[in-house]
Amino acid sequence: MAGPLLSSTEKIFILHGVQNDYRSDGRSNIDYRPMELETDVVSHASGSARLRLANTDILVGVKTEIDVPKPDNPGKGKIEFFVDCSANATPEFEGRGGEQLANSISNMMQRAYHTSQAFNLKQLCIFEGKQCWKLYVDILILECGGNLCDAVSLAVKAALFNTRLPFVKAALMDGGNVDLQLSDDPYDSKQLDIGCAPLLVTLCKIGDKCVVDPSAEEESCSVISLVVGVTGNPKFYCTEDTTNILNVECKCSTIGMNGPGSVAPKTLKDAINQGIIAAKCLDEALGKALLRERQETIVMKKHSYGFLK
Amino acid sequence: MTGHVSIKLASERVNHCVAANNELPRFYTPGEVISGMQDFMRGHGTYTEDDCLKSSVAGVMQKVNKLICIRPLKSRYVGEIGDVVVGRVLEVQQRRWKIETNSRLDSVLQLSSVNLPGGELRRRSAEDEQMMRKHLQEGDLISAEVQSVFSDGSLSLHTRSLKYGKLVQGTLVKVFPSLIKRRKNHFHNLPCGISVIIGNNGYIWISPQQQDILLEDNKDEIQNYELQPVSRTDRETMARVKNCIAALVASKMMLDDTSIMFAFEESLKYDNVKDLLDPEAMLDIAFLAQHRINTVMED
Repeated sequence: MAGPLLSSTEKIFILHGVQNDYRSDGRSNIDYRPMELETDVVSHASGSARLRLANTDILVGVKTEIDVPKPDNPGKGKIEFFVDCSANATPEFEGRGGEQLANSISNMMQRAYHTSQAFNLKQLCIFEGKQCWKLYVDILILECGGNLCDAVSLAVKAALFNTRLPFVKAALMDGGNVDLQLSDDPYDSKQLDIGCAPLLVTLCKIGDKCVVDPSAEEESCSVISLVVGVTGNPKFYCTEDTTNILNVECKCSTIGMNGPGSVAPKTLKDAINQGIIAAKCLDEALGKALLRERQETIVMKKHSYGFLK
Repeated sequence: MTGHVSIKLASERVNHCVAANNELPRFYTPGEVISGMQDFMRGHGTYTEDDCLKSSVAGVMQKVNKLICIRPLKSRYVGEIGDVVVGRVLEVQQRRWKIETNSRLDSVLQLSSVNLPGGELRRRSAEDEQMMRKHLQEGDLISAEVQSVFSDGSLSLHTRSLKYGKLVQGTLVKVFPSLIKRRKNHFHNLPCGISVIIGNNGYIWISPQQQDILLEDNKDEIQNYELQPVSRTDRETMARVKNCIAALVASKMMLDDTSIMFAFEESLKYDNVKDLLDPEAMLDIAFLAQHRINTVMED
């Protein structure tokens, strides 16, 4: 995606700033801009979240469906990502303009969630070999202000945290077919275990250093950006005493590259380490925010804020 | 080495309003009836329907005797002759540059309305036309003045003064044009050692203060000067000014050198510039700056 037009001297200014570890709004290379999060914004979805990072606005809805598991993975459910770029974000997305970007983001998410250490698909199993849950994660990009991947992965994790799957009350076997009876009570439902769900961290290579959370201007200064998918730590998402939960080390579940440039092996190694550190901070902050929101909704009925300021 | 991440909930959203409750102006939305009476004159941003005067934009009312106008809060820049603007070169064309100035149509900078490098006054020749891209190329930022407004509303700019021309190192901040206060001077050297150009079109250019260099000296030296890294202290002050402007804009406060300077002085209690990105700190600064403006106004 072409960023805003910049003059050569503005680019030099940004470049020197990154080398100095002091960016144009006072952040260092590993600082994120403040974010705003709200879950349970779409009443018709099983789970939803909205995340705003500076000018990037993401809405995620999770829908559930009963499906037949794949023959080679009888005990696992399915998860599918679909990204839609709204033409409201930029005029470039009009028609099929955003398709390429949307595909690259959804592929990236699919890859990051693929491993069982990132997201345990076994929890989506209902009846081994016969029935499983299929999660449709619909991601809507409403506004583009740089750093889409990170915002998308945070919003997806929040939406999955918010997702509730109804309990199965009874199952009738009729020949080879299974007939399920689901609970109608919205509170009679289980939550997903998403502690390990991965977060994506985009590292923009500017000069020979990498920055996280690039603004749109910084994005147009760099020729290549690395996207590192890092698994989360379940202890940030538990309210109970965290001592009996295994402290899981963050693992890198996927790496992707965008842009025509190249990266030296040493830079790549540094970037991945930087990405893991950044993901850890993100994960902790997200977990805190989600638990805080859950605490609030227990005390009083949730008031929806939505998009109006 | 740990990064700084803050995720706020929507329920903790900060209301950026700094005005005291009783002085909030009435806000009109498009289609809203302003007055049912006939004895008013229809101004900008209004239309008549069913014998009623209605607003066509979202904004606040301005009344001069019998003339009613609605001034939109967010709009494109509507140029006036003599305005100082900051713009970006989009295209190099035959004897003119296309400049993006946040107005509805792209503005035009004629080759005949720039000072040629070297400052000599002569007829512009065919060679000058070929050298246009050397002078200003796509993506370059310039400061200019509105020379005339065409009948379709597009602007013709000029840079025929030493204070106008190409902008080098610094950052651009984009705000709503309606928040810029019209002043005699829009070029300011702030006491904190930073110079800002507050363009009437809502583009604000923040740059380190220029040392006096003679433009007539050899070109290499100027080129080198343009590429010199900006010192850390200048960078910090620039970032602070940028975040202060963002804080003022979030609270919809008018921008001029005094309000920016007040906000800057109030922001000094936050040691880290990045703390100013926090919505609560932004509100705090805007509130204190508004308070100081109010006290100055009373005196």
